[in-house]
This record gives sequence, structure tokens and C-alpha cells, in this order.
Amino acid sequence: MSKSAKFIAIAAAATIAFAVAPALSQGKKKSGLGRVALPEEIAAWDTDVRPDGAGLPPGKGSVKEGEALFQEQCAACHGEFGEGAGRWPVLAGGQGSLKSEGPEKTVGSFWPYASTTFDYIRRAMPFGNAQSLTPDQVYALTAYVLQLNDLVKEDFVLSRENFASVKLPNEKNFYDDDREVSEKHFWNKKPCMTNCKVEVKVTGHARVLDVTPDSKTGPKVD
Amino acid sequence: MMSEKKAHDALDRRSFLRASGLAGAGLFATSAPVLSQQGKPDPAITDVQDWARNLGPGVVSSPYGKPSEFEKHVIRRDVEWLTAGKESSVSFTPLHELDGVITPNGLCFERHHSGIAHVDPAKHRLMLNGLLDRQMVFTMDDLKRFPGRQNRAYFLECAANSGMEWRGAQLNGCQFTHGMVHNVWYTGIPLKTLLDEAGVKTNGKWILAEGADSSGMTRSIPLDKAMKDCMVAWAMNGEALRPEQGYPLRLVVPGWEGNMWVKWLRRIEVGDQPWHAREETSKYTDLLADGRSRRFTWIMDAKSVITNPSPQAPLKHKGPNVLTGIAWSGRGSITRVDVSIDGGKNWRTARMDGPSMPLSMARFYVDFDWNGQELLLQSRAMDSSGYVQPTKNDLRQVRGTNSIYHNNGIQTWLVRANGEAENVEVS
Ligand code: HEC
Repeated sequence: MSKSAKFIAIAAAATIAFAVAPALSQGKKKSGLGRVALPEEIAAWDTDVRPDGAGLPPGKGSVKEGEALFQEQCAACHGEFGEGAGRWPVLAGGQGSLKSEGPEKTVGSFWPYASTTFDYIRRAMPFGNAQSLTPDQVYALTAYVLQLNDLVKEDFVLSRENFASVKLPNEKNFYDDDREVSEKHFWNKKPCMTNCKVEVKVTGHARVLDVTPDSKTGPKVD
Repeated sequence: MMSEKKAHDALDRRSFLRASGLAGAGLFATSAPVLSQQGKPDPAITDVQDWARNLGPGVVSSPYGKPSEFEKHVIRRDVEWLTAGKESSVSFTPLHELDGVITPNGLCFERHHSGIAHVDPAKHRLMLNGLLDRQMVFTMDDLKRFPGRQNRAYFLECAANSGMEWRGAQLNGCQFTHGMVHNVWYTGIPLKTLLDEAGVKTNGKWILAEGADSSGMTRSIPLDKAMKDCMVAWAMNGEALRPEQGYPLRLVVPGWEGNMWVKWLRRIEVGDQPWHAREETSKYTDLLADGRSRRFTWIMDAKSVITNPSPQAPLKHKGPNVLTGIAWSGRGSITRVDVSIDGGKNWRTARMDGPSMPLSMARFYVDFDWNGQELLLQSRAMDSSGYVQPTKNDLRQVRGTNSIYHNNGIQTWLVRANGEAENVEVS
């Protein structure tokens, strides 16, 4: 066989090999990679809770139990009454502040759903010791945070069964992104190029916060 | 002889000046080339420098290469008063020190909610559960064996980028006003590949993406988006993800707010409703003036900023200078950037150089001569959807000043006669 004939033969063989391979991975055919997740594995990671209560574990906890836990594990950062120590997040109060110059967004004043409090405390708090709380403790802490916001009474016991009955007052004030309608005027094929304003005045200067490297010395211009 | 291109540029410049009413002011008058100091020879040339005499360090003296020691100032920075601690905080990309369209890995801004997770890739798993034919687990090795690997460049912007500027000019430097953005080449596989492998049930409408760090970051994403262009990525700019960017695996959600690009990605759940996690209720919702809030404002609108000159990068020379900046849009590609030197009265279209890919950063330039006159610099981006970057006041008209997120308003830098630049707002 001549060199070039040999090459053609090899090339043809290669084409066949590659023609077969893609067929295996195309369309809805599976790659066969990965494995089936075991129920215990899913239970270990899937702790998310939805507003309708889907995902809540069995259990319950009282405001009273929550208060004790909160003082022990949360108050150092969030304050005794959820008012926030220093610059740590505020968890309670702020009702009626959302239209003001200084809105205070808390579980009571802003959050739309109580389920978020449960879900978040369970996955992320206490800060630096996440996933250390039992479901009953999370029910109790959630109950306490709700009570700090005057959303439940002091003798309230929160459980999977009564969870969906807790409604947060600000839920109705959320609506889906409407920028394409409410900001339609920002789609403007021909923006102004010349004499777009009568006058230009500087209306505000950056408060210089000394975050700019070498802000003390002005630049040298030659 | 003047080339046709040059003649065109000169014309362009003259008409721009006329329009700006600055033609007579000589703003763009060319200055004579500067002589070396009084004709004395330059010691940088006449002295033999150390590096011209001695041997330098050998190969592998720095097995993983670092930037020049003269670039030590080119670093991410944070603003301490912004947050209670460093673990849930943010650092900013030094945009004024960068050029081109790709952000180097070590300079990509960081936003962590519980610090940087150091994840052992051998122990990392990606679980797919929920409304699927099969609940599945993948190792990193499994993911890297999937057919259909992709390379894509996308910008990632934190929804809170420029969030401190809603009430007026605050921070003095584009690193701080605009540095929560980066642009990176990602390598990975489409999320669709994995969802198809597990088989999404017909009632599956949303996914929940979850991180393996101790904040357990979670975000709900519509299934349509997940199937359209989301990626599961393990490499950035050709190398493994950096720990602070989610090593060994992160979600890529092109054009959408950075918080959704879950780092240390460990789980994708499919459901029929959104979950309303903390990061899509308490945070990343936009409080408007009437006290109501927009939610699910995922898309990052078109935005641009002049990176040079800017407060951290003053003008140092009269005569020829290069103005440059970046633009990006979550609705498509950047089609045009206009620049104003008079606070938005008159505009000229900037020159773009480098690729302008969809949902990726673009670079613009204006080559100009400066005679020491005060400038009010602005840039205005336009994207392929026809969206034009609004002024900050236009945005405030619709949204008020409490929304924190999605501030894509036009930035103004005041450049003074001494070349110093300051973050200002104009009427
Ligand atoms: C060491 C300080 C610290 C401790 C202790 C702590 N937290 Fe937090 N908490 C934080 C920080 C920081 C955040 C915000 C994290 C972020 O930015 O993502 C937060 C956020 C929260 C939030 C959400 C606030 C919001 O408005 O979005 C809730 C609810 C919460 N913590 C509850 C708790 C509970 C309950 C405990 C006790 C079990 C607790 N925290 C203990 C620091 C702490």
C-alpha cells in the first residue's frame, strides 16, 4: 500500500470511530455519569423551606425557649431584643420606616415570609457555627424573632403544623420585576448628542472618606 | 500626507469641539513635545541600571508567577466601615489599574457571606434533587467527563455595585463606586446537560442553587434561565477557580446579578415554585420610594464607567491623553458608548477596541489632548436591546433613593486643573 493510501485507510477508520461515539451522547441519551443520591444524603443537605411550609422538619419550639437560646447564642451580635449590637444586623423593629430616609428592613418590617427566617437560621446561624441547631431550637428561635417583632404572642409555640398560619405584614408589598414597563423610557434608540442641557451645575461632591490611596497629596501635572 | 483615517479623526475632533462650544478654548490644542529636563541627559539612559548589569532570579524562582513588585498597589481593597466584619463583606476590583476586557483572577472582587470556604475537591459533591426522574450526585471527576464542555466570557456584577451612591456622590474612586464587577472566561458544562441527565419532571419550573460554604447561600432561578445559558464552571481564565470565586465549582448565570452565581456549588434542587430564600427577600429586593419593593430583579442593566481618568487615576500630563473605560449589559452586547466632557451637555461616540460579546465587558477609548481645563467626564452605554444607560437622576425619578441595588446611573468625574479627579453629581 502506498503511503497516501495507508493514510486514507487510517483516516477512514478514524471517521467511523468518531461517527459512532457522538451518537452515544446525543439527544436525550444519558452519559451514565454520576450516581443516584441516597435518601439520607438528600435529607442531610435538603433543608430548604418554602413559604407554604414545604420542607419544614417535624418539631416545635416556644417563644420562651427561643428567648433563652437567643440570649445565649445570638444576642452578642443581634442584641438582646434583636436591635443589633454595633453594626451587626438588626432583626426587629423598623415597622413603618420603609418610606423614610432611613428604612430599617427587618423580619417584622420588611420580610415577606416567616419561612425565610426558619430556613436561614437553620442553614447559616449562629454566624461561625452554622448547622449546629436542632429543628426544635430553630422553631424556638424563629418564634422568638417573630415575637420580638410583635407578630406572635409571648406564649406562642411554633410548630410544623401551625407554621403556615404566621403571615408577615409586608408580603403584599413585593411585586415582580417590571423594569421593562415602568422604565420603558430608558429604551431610546436616539439619545441626545448635542446641547442636551441648558446648563450643567455640580450638585454634589463625594464626601472624601480617605479610602483613596495617596489622597493626601495632589497629583503633579507637567 | 495625512491618511484618510487620520483626517477623519481630526474632523471628528473638530466637530466634537464645536458642538461642545470649546473649540476656541483650545482644550484639545496639541502641546509641544516635552524636552528632557533642560537638555540634560536622562540618567535612566546614561546610568547602567542594576537589571542591566546583574543576573536576575532564575526560572521557577516564582513557581506560580506574580505581578511585578512595582505593581504592588494594584490590589483589591475594601471599605471597612461598610460591614461589621470581614467574613461577610466585599472587596473591590481595581478597575483604574486594568485594561482590556478580562479581569485577572487575583483581582476579581470578592463578596462572601461567611468567609472563603476552602473546599477539598476530592470531597466536593454536586447533588441534583427535587422534581427529577433521578436524584443524583456527581463528583468533580464526573463533571469533567461530561461531553459538551464550553468556554464563555461573561461579566459578573454584584447587584449592590454603586449601591452607596443612591443618595449622592460618596466614594472617591471607581474601584469603590464600580469595582464590584469582573469579566472572566469560564470553562465548564451547561447546567442543562446535568438537568437533562437527571430528567426534569414536567412540573419543574424553578431551580434552587445552594453553596457548600457556611452561609449555605441559596437562590431561586427560573428553570428557563437554567436551561438557556447557565453553566456549571470549574475554571476561570484558563485555570481552576480561585477559592474566593467558589473553588472547585460555581454557577454561572450570564447577565444576572452576581449573588445568583452561587460559589462552592453543591446542590441544585428542582421545584415548582421559588423558595424566597433570605437573599431574594431580605436582600436583593429593591425598595422603592412608595415603600413597595421589586423582587426578582435579576438582570443587570447596561452600565459603563470611565476608569481613567478617575479619582484614583488623575491626569498627570497636558497634551495627549487616553481616556478609557468599560461597559457591560445583562441584556445583550454593548453596541455603543458615548462620552461627554461637559457633564452630559454634548456627547461623542467613543472608540471600542476588543471584542464586544453578549453579556461580556467591552472596552472603550477616547484619545484626546488636555490643556488643563476642568472636565466633567461621563460615559453612557447602549446595548443591543436598545437600552440607554440613564442618568442617576432619571433612575431616582423612578426608584427613589432607598433601593440599594441596581444603580446603573451615569457616573460623573470632575477633573480639576491640577489633574485631580473627584466623584461628583451634576444637574
Ligand atoms: C457572630 C455574630 C452573630 C451571631 C452570634 C449570630 N448572628 Fe445572625 N447574623 C450575623 C451576620 C453577620 C449576619 C449577616 C450575614 C450576611 O451578611 O450574609 C446575620 C444575619 C442574621 C439574620 C438575617 C438578617 C437579615 O436581615 O437578613 C437572622 C434572622 C439571624 N442572623 C439570626 C440569628 C440567630 C437566630 C442567631 C443565634 C442562633 C444568630 N443570628 C447569631 C451575625 C451573627
